[in-house]
Amino acid sequence: MVDPAANAANPSGGEDPSRRDFIHIAAITAAAVGGAAVAWPFIAQMNPSADTMALASVEYDLSKIEPGMQVTINWRGKPLFIRNRTQAQIDAAVKDDTASMPDPQADAERHKDGKAQWLVLVGSCTHLGCVPTVGGGDYQGWFCPCHGSHYDTSGRIRKGPAPLNLAVPEYAFLSDTKVKIG
Amino acid sequence: MSGHSTYQPKSAFTRWMDARLPVGRLVWDSFVDYPTPRNLNYWWTFGGILSLCLGVQIITGIVLAMHYTPSAAGAFNSVEHIMRNVNYGWLIRYIHANGASMFFIAVYLHMFRGLYYGSYKAPREVLWILGCVIYGLMMATAFMGYVLPWGQMSFHGAVVITNLLGAFPIVGETITTLLWGGFAVDEPTLKRFFSLHYLLPFVIAGVVVLHVWALHVVGQNNPTGVDPKSKADTVPFTPYATVKDGFAMSVFLILFATFVFYMPNALGHADNYIPANPLVTPAHIVPEWYFLPFYAILRAVPDKLMGVLAMFGAIGCLFALPWLDTSKVKSMRYRPQAQLYFVIFVVICWILGVCGGKLPDDQVIPGLSTFKLFDSELNSYVWLSRFATLYYFAYFLVVMPVLGLIEKPRPVPETISSPVLGDSDKKD
Repeated sequence: MVDPAANAANPSGGEDPSRRDFIHIAAITAAAVGGAAVAWPFIAQMNPSADTMALASVEYDLSKIEPGMQVTINWRGKPLFIRNRTQAQIDAAVKDDTASMPDPQADAERHKDGKAQWLVLVGSCTHLGCVPTVGGGDYQGWFCPCHGSHYDTSGRIRKGPAPLNLAVPEYAFLSDTKVKIG
Repeated sequence: MSGHSTYQPKSAFTRWMDARLPVGRLVWDSFVDYPTPRNLNYWWTFGGILSLCLGVQIITGIVLAMHYTPSAAGAFNSVEHIMRNVNYGWLIRYIHANGASMFFIAVYLHMFRGLYYGSYKAPREVLWILGCVIYGLMMATAFMGYVLPWGQMSFHGAVVITNLLGAFPIVGETITTLLWGGFAVDEPTLKRFFSLHYLLPFVIAGVVVLHVWALHVVGQNNPTGVDPKSKADTVPFTPYATVKDGFAMSVFLILFATFVFYMPNALGHADNYIPANPLVTPAHIVPEWYFLPFYAILRAVPDKLMGVLAMFGAIGCLFALPWLDTSKVKSMRYRPQAQLYFVIFVVICWILGVCGGKLPDDQVIPGLSTFKLFDSELNSYVWLSRFATLYYFAYFLVVMPVLGLIEKPRPVPETISSPVLGDSDKKD
């Protein structure tokens, strides 16, 4: 604290309050920035590590999958559904394109052009991440046993608490019978 | 509350110590001479029981960590190794696993006690909130502990609970990725859960110290809700409370031992003896029993984010309770209407617990067909949980604020000793 009497007696001496304020603000700012700089690596270490980020893509031979059948493979630690849809299942999905849905999407947007039978989906329920079972539910697509979400044969959410359709990952056909995901 | 210290160091050593670090004085003042209300009933013994539970969990947990392998490949096998090969490993693991359930039984009774006797009301708000913090830490610890065996329920329970946080807009996905250390629950998730599961009990112990400190500042509540006015209203902690707590602990340990020795898996789920498989979710996934009421609230709400908010809100209500209850009378012993609402509340919590363990679309009354209300049949557990959820929130947000203003409580005694020595209220 600056003694006002001292300052009055000696106007040129004593301490300038604004200079002390500056030191306070500078010191607190430096401590805050320093604290944040130290905290950063300790928080960042929790994010996916380099080997997790360097994800290999998965290739799969489709010739093993009969019509009406689904395989589940592991992709980025999550299940991936590859389903060979029957014509009846495709028709059911296309017929419902105009039905009211929580996350409206046409069936054609959910498969590659000319490959309507192949549906490639991330097999995690968009509610809380359980793995839906194939062929179940009111729409014969998938049914999530955890909280009762019903997906249709296009993987679109139709009933239950899930907010979004089953996600379509990035994938490409390498040939008629080979698909590369990721 | 504790007033002047009556501690008299008897030996030369204790006198020497008392002048340097008065631990003996602290213990004497807190656990021997400490005045406790003379009318405490057995509902007041759960504090001691809970301390015992925390101690048991820490000791058994430290031993289990000596034999456990925190890796996706090794976790399940190391638990089986503990069960089959480690000397008395089965006993120590069963004590730890059932100990978690015993801990929650005791904490729920402790909380209902607080709710009934108004132990959250002024001046005990901070004491109550510290208790709620401990409860929150317990839930986090128990959840992460359940993941460690890396069975099917462990894995998919972790998937569901961590995905809850993904419901929050914008930041949700960042938080879940940060929590997982990857794009799904996997090895990094297990390792950090193990580290935190080891840490949190000591954090709990720290908050318990604050909880007991706050308790000793404001003093214990008692069944009348009237604070002690004179020495006639209190008895020393030792021997009265220590002996009563000791007896209650013995009875509690009989229950504990019954589970450990005769039905060690009764409170668990058989699916957790199947190694974790990320590609298949168990047909019927349920959390441990002590989370079921909150799980039912989550499922009662059709919207994902709203469901998550309702679930966290259900716990949040507890924190706000000191300011939600407007009644001037602490103990419900003198609030007949509040008693009724309280009993319904306890039953509702039980019903929510039952709902949480059922499939949402299952019928409550088998065979009875009803009409479809919005998205589900009326005769379904999802609707039962909706009604129960409604009451749960109404109890905190409507009954507590309104009833305190409109009810007419019974006469409250002047002091603790007057109803005890006098005639009137022999209830409870």
